[in-house]
Amino acid sequence: MQRDAHSALTVGLILGGALLMAVLDLGTAATSALHVPDFVVSLVGKYLCYAMLALAVDLVWGFAGILTLGHAAFFALGGYAMGMYLMREIGARGVYANPHLPDFMVFIGWKELPWYWFGSNHFWFAMILVVLVPGLLAFVFGFLAFRSRVTGVYLSIMTQALTYALMLAFFRNDMGFGGNNGMTDFKDILGFPVSARTTEVGLMLLSAAILAAQFLLARWLVRSRFGQVLVAVRDAESRTRFLGYRPESYKLFVFVLSAVMAGIGGALYVPQVGIINPSEFAPGNSIEAVIWVALGGRGTLSGAILGAVLVNFAKSWSTTAFPGLWLYALGGLFIAVTLFLPRGIVGSLAAGLSRLSQPSAAPLAVGARPEPACHAAPEPAP
Amino acid sequence: MTEGNRGKGRRLGRLLLLCLGFALFRPAPAAAADPFAGLASPDFSRIEQAVEALAASGNPRAAALIDALAANRLYTWRWPRPDNGLFIKEPDGGFVAARTGEKIATPPFPVIRPVIVNDMVRSAIEAARGMLDLLSPALAVRGKAAEALFEAADPASLKLIDVALARERNPGVRRLLLEAQAAARLNSAATSIAERIAAVKVVAGRGDLPARALLASLGSAPSPVARAAAAAVHQIDRTLALWNVLETVYYGISLGSVLLLAAAGLAITFGVMGVINMAHGEIVMVGAYTTLVVQQVVAATFPAFSNESLILSIPAAFLVAGLLGIVIEQTLIRFLYGRPLETLLATWGLSLVLIQTVRSIFGPTNQDVSSPAWMSGAVHLGGLTLTLNRLWIIAFTIATLALLMAVLSHTRLGLSMRAVTQNRRMAAAMGIRTPLVDALTFGLGCGIAGIAGVALSQIDNVSPNLGQSYIIDSFLVVVFGGVGNLWGAVVAALILGIVNMVLEPIAGAVLGKIAVLVLLILFIQRRPRGLFPVRGRAVEA
Repeated sequence: MQRDAHSALTVGLILGGALLMAVLDLGTAATSALHVPDFVVSLVGKYLCYAMLALAVDLVWGFAGILTLGHAAFFALGGYAMGMYLMREIGARGVYANPHLPDFMVFIGWKELPWYWFGSNHFWFAMILVVLVPGLLAFVFGFLAFRSRVTGVYLSIMTQALTYALMLAFFRNDMGFGGNNGMTDFKDILGFPVSARTTEVGLMLLSAAILAAQFLLARWLVRSRFGQVLVAVRDAESRTRFLGYRPESYKLFVFVLSAVMAGIGGALYVPQVGIINPSEFAPGNSIEAVIWVALGGRGTLSGAILGAVLVNFAKSWSTTAFPGLWLYALGGLFIAVTLFLPRGIVGSLAAGLSRLSQPSAAPLAVGARPEPACHAAPEPAP
Repeated sequence: MTEGNRGKGRRLGRLLLLCLGFALFRPAPAAAADPFAGLASPDFSRIEQAVEALAASGNPRAAALIDALAANRLYTWRWPRPDNGLFIKEPDGGFVAARTGEKIATPPFPVIRPVIVNDMVRSAIEAARGMLDLLSPALAVRGKAAEALFEAADPASLKLIDVALARERNPGVRRLLLEAQAAARLNSAATSIAERIAAVKVVAGRGDLPARALLASLGSAPSPVARAAAAAVHQIDRTLALWNVLETVYYGISLGSVLLLAAAGLAITFGVMGVINMAHGEIVMVGAYTTLVVQQVVAATFPAFSNESLILSIPAAFLVAGLLGIVIEQTLIRFLYGRPLETLLATWGLSLVLIQTVRSIFGPTNQDVSSPAWMSGAVHLGGLTLTLNRLWIIAFTIATLALLMAVLSHTRLGLSMRAVTQNRRMAAAMGIRTPLVDALTFGLGCGIAGIAGVALSQIDNVSPNLGQSYIIDSFLVVVFGGVGNLWGAVVAALILGIVNMVLEPIAGAVLGKIAVLVLLILFIQRRPRGLFPVRGRAVEA
């Protein structure tokens, strides 16, 4: 990989920030002015997981032009896979003290584990599920959708229907995933108690490291030849096809990869938040993830991370400071970003910088020109 | 008692029957035989006969008399007198003459006694009450009484039914009586096999669940009857299955019309203009809240018209939602034409703002929008029960859609709208003010959404989240039907509604809904442009 100031800066900020947090939490006295309280550490860990979701959305939306309104479904599926392992770790310490069954199964009168819980007591198996379940769903969905050339708005609505269907399904008690209440009351992960301070810091650091790795992978991918084709598909799908490429294969690959990235984010999210329930599938969550990306800068990767952290920080802060105003702020953000900041923060900064240094450089970010013609434009081709 | 006495009694009975028949066919001359006379007798069996005769007489005072007798409020002379005097003690303690209902000024207190009844008389009173209902001048009361007799299927009521049948002229009630007779005969030991088989046929003719229950209970009857009954049960099951299918179709159409109402506005904004309005559901919600406000204003200013406030809310919701739509178009969507995905995000943001605004004005809880009286109740059609509010909504949907299509195809605005949709630049060149048409089209779509809100307020909870629950369904209807095609939306909504209702009993409500979503996702893979795609030569529409 060539020298890349952008990547270095992003990775440096992620890892440096996370380490600083860790040191300020563990290394300072609780009375110190520099001390970071524990709840802030787990909040930051949560933001980092959301940033993985945003990164995944940016990869498909920013570079392949697939506006997914259902990516939180992959995030939640990864979370549920992790949740299954954490439930099994509780063992006999649950309310019903059943060594084999999670509490909610005892509660609805089940006598034995359903087959799809097989192996969930092994951490390694849960990790395979974290990757496999979102990946497989994305593969099947993407295979069908891209092969039949479902694009643009249609694809968006289909992804939304997908996550909506999953939400309804997971709300059912008979699914065997805890129904309405989901899974919670986790005790420990790999032998470490989940609510311990050191575990929280460790998980936060791990999230930062994985986010940085995901960012580097995505960055490498979009700057490779593969990424160039992907951008071509985004901007002129038919032209790319006529040149001899198979856009559906490119899209499918990146869609599956992105789903896996989101799933890993979800898996890290669950032990830090301590609960996973079907509301994670709500269509609104997926759309919110899109606005993180739009705010930070679509097609910039680092912007997606920035957007996720900024919006979620603002949410945490304003829902306690001004509880009634958050929806106004979020709604206003959606409108303002689309109207006045189409390139997002990082996109606008990058454009400004490149105009200063080398006026001819073509920015990778989108938004500099109108949306490509592959979406249902009001004006049909003459 | 001697042989002769018994014979005399039988003759007397025959005479009485004769009188009864006489009374039935010519009820006018009450003097011919006083049906009240027996009530004054100390003999229980004469009282019993008198009750039966009274019930069959059609005398207008019969009901009051029998009620009084049942409540021990009927009095007679302590010692028999030739006038057989009868008095009813009123709840206020006064007395009236039983035959005329006239008040008696000085109560003949010491010389009267209450008429005493025993169990035999009591059951005669019960039968007489049924009989009185059967002979009532009100058609509905007669029908209800006959229906009750059918359900009881008591052989003891056969005599009663014969009497009623002889008088009844209304064909509907006659049929009910014949069915009741058949049911009673099936349970009677005195009926012959042939008669019973005939009765099975009559009961089977009803084809409903009570008839099925009665026939299914005949397993221990003599074998030809049991066989006929089993065949009839089978037949009824098939008829019931057919009604079930019809009922499912009706519910499906009802759900489909709701979906269609919610999606019709979207078919304009998304289908015709290509604008993805994620705030569409919230416009529907605004329409529902407009209904609420109109209702409260009408109730506060003209309470007499509160039943009609719903009619007033239709234009009100159209105006409020339509104006809101025009404002949205002018301030937001206008700047995002040609960027559908950005429109999607911006309008989603708008929907959050609208939800929060409504929540802070009206509160987060469900609001109570009452239904007018003419919308509650149900109609029975064969084996179907159609609730009126659903029927109204179906009719309302048809009317709205017809109006919408008329506007699109017969007005100046509709012509301009279609022109701009087909070729914006050419339309502009021909002098159509395209920005104005855009604004009005969006306003029209939103106005229709507002009207949908009026209808939804009648069947759903009016809360700030009302729109959220319809937005995905609405988009699916439009996408499934084919964008740019109102008829496509109609067919899609009906199919979705019916499939949902067919799957619901098989898989349960939630699984059925999930199955519909999955089927839709698969369908879109096969036909990415929906059921009725707008054909064109462009590679990418």
